[in-house]
Amino acid sequence: LIPWCAVPAGILFAVGLYLGLFVAPADFQQGDAYRVLFVHVPAAWMGMLLYILLAFYAAVGCAFNARVSSMMASSLSITGAMFTGLSLVTGSLWGRPTWGTWWVWDARTTSTLILLFLYIGFISLQSAIEDPKRADRAGAVLALVGVVNVPIIYFSVQWWSTLHQGATIRIADETRMAASMLVPLLVMIAACWLYSIAVVLVRLRCLILEREPPGAIAAAK
Amino acid sequence: MSWPGFLFMGGYGFYVWGAYVLTLMAMGGEVLLLLRRLSARSCDIRNTPIRGGTEVRA
Repeated sequence: LIPWCAVPAGILFAVGLYLGLFVAPADFQQGDAYRVLFVHVPAAWMGMLLYILLAFYAAVGCAFNARVSSMMASSLSITGAMFTGLSLVTGSLWGRPTWGTWWVWDARTTSTLILLFLYIGFISLQSAIEDPKRADRAGAVLALVGVVNVPIIYFSVQWWSTLHQGATIRIADETRMAASMLVPLLVMIAACWLYSIAVVLVRLRCLILEREPPGAIAAAK
Repeated sequence: MSWPGFLFMGGYGFYVWGAYVLTLMAMGGEVLLLLRRLSARSCDIRNTPIRGGTEVRA
């Protein structure tokens, strides 16, 4: 499955970057600064979605004592943290020319920062506890408590008056974005999904090799 | 559009290219580190004797 995700991810990244940088026209209000969104939005989406998956796998691992499920949660945490960090940094690079500031304690940005802290907390907690079973259980509790933050991030622009703009891509409603801008964005989101699947599976393989007794794996080969 | 104009990005070049370069570095770095980790673990497995004392050949 890894090559089946990695190769299309590379192709989609190339197509998305070409469409986003060369084909999509400049925005009439934001000019070319909006092109940051072709990396910011996929990163923000992946940060949230990977956390939901992390909580799911951590809960399954904890409830059914499924080691691979807990390892999957650990594997998801690094990529999720990277995407959340990227969404904050690229959001800052977009906010400076459009809002006039690098950072505001806005509901959306603050709740995303909390998501990054949750990821860091999960990773730190797992690496701080030596016994893998206890580490998985402690991580699962944190992941399940923290998953409450994901809907808060998503609905923050509706629940509070925020500087951050509202949802542009809507599932139930009409999307407020020109097709020439929407297509590269969707291509980049698909590329990030495939990239995440490939990277998470490679890390899962590493974790299995590290956690299982080496002699047993060599014998199984 | 000319190349200097493309790189200038209407005056937003620093922000746009900064975001793209950081994303590329983060994702590329993650892939490189993972591949190094995977090859190190695979080497460990190849060099580990099977239970019972038989050596595994690479």
